Amino acid sequence: MSDFWRRYARNKGAVVGLVILILVALIAATAPLIFPGSPWDMAGAPFLPPGEMGMLLGSDSLGRDVAAGIAHGARVSLLVGAVSTVAALAVGVTLGAIAGYLGGLADDLVMRFTEFFQTIPSFVLAILLVAIFTPTLSSVVFAIAIVSWPPVARVVRAEFLSLRSREFVQAAEVLGKSRLAIVVTDILPNALSPIIVLASLMVATAILLESALSFLGLGDPNLMSWGFLIGSGRSVIRIAWWMSVFPGIAIFLTVLALNLVGEGLSDALNPRLARTRGGKA
Amino acid sequence: MDPSKLPGFLLRRGVKAVIVLLAIIVCNFLLIHAAPGDPASVIAGQSGAADEKFLAQLRQQFGLDQPLHVQLWLYVKGVATLDLGFSHRQQQPVLLLVAERLPATLLLTGAAFGFAVLAGVAMGTLAAQRVGSWADSLITVLALACYATPLFWVGLMLVLLFGVWLEWLPVFGMMTVGANLSGFALVVDVGRHLLLPALTLGLFYMAVYARLTRATMLEVADQDFVKTARAKGVPEGQVTRRHILRNALLPVITFAGIQAGQLVGGAILVETVFAWPGIGRLAFEALLARDYPVLMGVFFATSVMVVAFNLLTDLLYAVIDPRVEVEG
Amino acid sequence: MSLLTVEGLTVALPPGAERPHAITDITLQVDRGEILCVVGESGSGKSITANAVMGLLPKALPRQAGRILLEGQELTGLGPEALRRLRGDRMAMIFQEPMTALNPLMRVGDQIAEVLEVHGAGARARDRVPELLAAVNLPDPGSLARAHPFRLSGGQRQRVMIAMALALEPALLIADEPTTALDVTTQMQILRLVREIQTRRGMGVMFITHDFGVVAEIADRVVVMQHGRIVEQGAADEVLNRPQHPYTRALIAAVPHGAPQARAAMATPVVLAAQGVAKTYRRGGWFGPRATVRAVHDADFVLRRGETLGLVGESGSGKSTLARCVVDLVKPEAGRMLFHGQDLRPLSRAARKPFRQRIQMVFQDPFASLNPRRRVGEIIAEGPITHGTPRAAALARARDLLALVQLDPGAMDRYPHEFSGGQRQRIGIARALAMEPELLIADEPVSALDVSVQAQVLKLLADIRGRLGLTMLFITHDLRVAAQVCDRVAVMQQGAIVEQGPTDQVFGAPRHPYTRQLLDSIPGRGWTPPDLQDPQA
Repeated sequence: MSDFWRRYARNKGAVVGLVILILVALIAATAPLIFPGSPWDMAGAPFLPPGEMGMLLGSDSLGRDVAAGIAHGARVSLLVGAVSTVAALAVGVTLGAIAGYLGGLADDLVMRFTEFFQTIPSFVLAILLVAIFTPTLSSVVFAIAIVSWPPVARVVRAEFLSLRSREFVQAAEVLGKSRLAIVVTDILPNALSPIIVLASLMVATAILLESALSFLGLGDPNLMSWGFLIGSGRSVIRIAWWMSVFPGIAIFLTVLALNLVGEGLSDALNPRLARTRGGKA
Repeated sequence: MDPSKLPGFLLRRGVKAVIVLLAIIVCNFLLIHAAPGDPASVIAGQSGAADEKFLAQLRQQFGLDQPLHVQLWLYVKGVATLDLGFSHRQQQPVLLLVAERLPATLLLTGAAFGFAVLAGVAMGTLAAQRVGSWADSLITVLALACYATPLFWVGLMLVLLFGVWLEWLPVFGMMTVGANLSGFALVVDVGRHLLLPALTLGLFYMAVYARLTRATMLEVADQDFVKTARAKGVPEGQVTRRHILRNALLPVITFAGIQAGQLVGGAILVETVFAWPGIGRLAFEALLARDYPVLMGVFFATSVMVVAFNLLTDLLYAVIDPRVEVEG
Repeated sequence: MSLLTVEGLTVALPPGAERPHAITDITLQVDRGEILCVVGESGSGKSITANAVMGLLPKALPRQAGRILLEGQELTGLGPEALRRLRGDRMAMIFQEPMTALNPLMRVGDQIAEVLEVHGAGARARDRVPELLAAVNLPDPGSLARAHPFRLSGGQRQRVMIAMALALEPALLIADEPTTALDVTTQMQILRLVREIQTRRGMGVMFITHDFGVVAEIADRVVVMQHGRIVEQGAADEVLNRPQHPYTRALIAAVPHGAPQARAAMATPVVLAAQGVAKTYRRGGWFGPRATVRAVHDADFVLRRGETLGLVGESGSGKSTLARCVVDLVKPEAGRMLFHGQDLRPLSRAARKPFRQRIQMVFQDPFASLNPRRRVGEIIAEGPITHGTPRAAALARARDLLALVQLDPGAMDRYPHEFSGGQRQRIGIARALAMEPELLIADEPVSALDVSVQAQVLKLLADIRGRLGLTMLFITHDLRVAAQVCDRVAVMQQGAIVEQGPTDQVFGAPRHPYTRQLLDSIPGRGWTPPDLQDPQA
């Protein structure tokens, strides 16, 4: 285990990413403490620039505290990101495993299905889904999961295909192990690394998707999220630039951190690949 | 690929494309019926849902009291004859609305894609050639930053910077309203309006292509045939161009095809921020009014764009890579 | 004046490697008109020496000391541009893997023309290409030049590489294991080609290999390397027949002697009988062209208790496929696979399970045949546990087996990546033996190992076979190994068994033309490794 952390720590960017991520999670967790009450409550006069009346990042068109909005919004973004990723993983891993391990007709069918989903413009589909099922937290999570699972299925399928013909899996067959035992004890543990790396990148994409949907007005109307904050600041950008700038920085930092962590995980789990990525001998 | 096999290849890919489009039409159909509430009110959209006469007319037109498979057939027939429905709110056929706005979106996505590919591949190549140097680190960091920033926020920041604070470039619409320009002056005017939206949409994908190109160039550079080229005494520049780059571009082409769908989706956000008169903007307005027929029409139109683009990239790949055999 | 002189060459390794230098104090020379063979196992530094001469070392491996002189000109001080001009023109190199050594997107003719263009031949370059291809005995040079590499076989690609290397008639040719990845018959053709060209043009050739048979076949002089140093060098006859250095002696002693002994025919009952086994692969689905490959057809053989039957052939002959048919890793569509009279082919997965205990397999690639995420003890105990043995008993047995394969019991708690290739093969053998099988299938168990390690593992297998009375099906492409290990042998070509019988008969008096061709292609078969009694025994 300590080997893993040592390899992870070698990538400075990944360490920075992890720190940022922990900070964001902390803010999300302690939001009700730092900013008690609801972020929808009026906290001061509208359109106050940053720093006035005790509001660090200014206030919006209805006098709400932008900083409180960002802190509470962190919870929504992280929650949506995590849950939709888990859902997408569940679908993607299952389909990919079926296609990769069974091969033949099952593989063909799953691949056609996956290709279809990758061809259709995913964001448009997400918009359509949320619009039709009315925007709520669950419809947003559902829509994001539906458009995010194809890359997982592809990666898992590729891993399973390659592992299935690996000699230690063949040895397990010759030993007489059951199919389930082979998948669980031989294939899965060796397929986990790319899945873990992919998962961290998927949370980042999910957060971007969720903020884009909220920006367009398709977020859950009861939840204050970063995308919503930016969307509400759009029409008044000339007079209240801080409404759009700060939530965007929050999104940027979180997504950046997730990407850095993803790369760090990749290096830590696949030391050989790390060398080719960096070009070191 | 052997040139004589080209027509067969195109035919097979064409059939596949049609099947995909059919599946999308069925998808649309299912969505209408999966939505909560009366399908007629979904088809009518929020504005039309109040008009009882219109609803009755819709029910008859779509045969909503008939068995499901008949409805499906009617719907597919409709779309196949390019009848994409009617927007009650805008009082126009959806097809007309989409056809009006499509060129603007094509211009925007085309410009963004061109920029993304050229800048991205150039940056990625540079980074790979100078791997480990400060130039490489700078490009990698820049790419990561562009990749992590939300598209719509970049647009807003550019509006803020160039439109509000510096006032160098126009930030709304495709042309200066009421100017009635033509010829070269028109081109320049559109170009000035196009600059920021195309940059916004393109930056994210520039980052994607830069990272991808860098990774594949490094991977290819490690392969045996590159060493063979050096052993022959081929100068480094030619090794990079003829041997490494050509082979590294193959995954980039494949990836471009896969990314096409997302590029089109990103256009919605960019057109909203910059009030660019394309189908993305149309979708946003339809969204606000819950005008479902228009939304579905946009979904279909964008799918057609993506399928067509994928066909092109497949063709390009097959032309470049002689190993691609004629298969399904 | 020698063509190539290397004096005191030392190249460093990056910090943290298993030794400070890749090669230390290397001094050798190659004269015009001679072939110098550089022999050594993996990690000996032979490739690094070759790359250093060509100036192709990566930046991470700096040259620390020594000089290199080519035709009297000192290479070590030259700038990159000057060195580049010499590459391809005065010195050329060919590499090991023909499948990846050519640019897949460029036509073969263009790649050859590139050498000429880069060195100033200009527009006339293209015209010379068919002539160059013909010089390496490639058929139909005109249309071959327009082909892409993927259309050519391994042997053809290697010839293209040679044509490319010799286009400008360099004085020195460096060949880095060019035949290691080729079939034995193709290898012999390439070796003969190199010899012929070298004689015709009076070139100097530095030929790197790990195979002493190849050395016996073509070398004039030999250099033996170990751990980055030269341990012995001299005329081929001297080094091969009267080796001095203990390492050289150990390497030569490890070469399978290649002369099969006459073995009495066994009268024991039949353990395994294959009758008309066939396996065909179909490619292409509903769209696109179909391609059928008959990997195995009409396979008939008989294996009696206590004997070792060898399946020998080149790649694509079907030997591995046939072996995998026995254990159901590959499902044959026709024929019978009789184990003690019972046909295994139609059995369901569940019905087959009891038979799994009695038939086990050892695999080829030591780096892929063990689950990297499980400890060695668990890997060995897994089989018995699956078949009902309580965990404690299985682990205890694993410990005993480790002792049997001569590994220390502490290995139980370590992971596969902590072991060398030879050690991993022993673990693989222990895993197979844990089930106490009657029949052991060994699929090229030593092909991926260095020659000295090979000998140890073969000795272990012979030992275990004798002690436990195992019946073995031994698959290999190396005829020398087959001669040493197998009682009877079946020669396979393109999916069919073309000849089978007692080893000494098949190898001594081959009847089928393919068997004869195969035997003719054993490199250095005119050389019998000397019988070396180790004086420090």
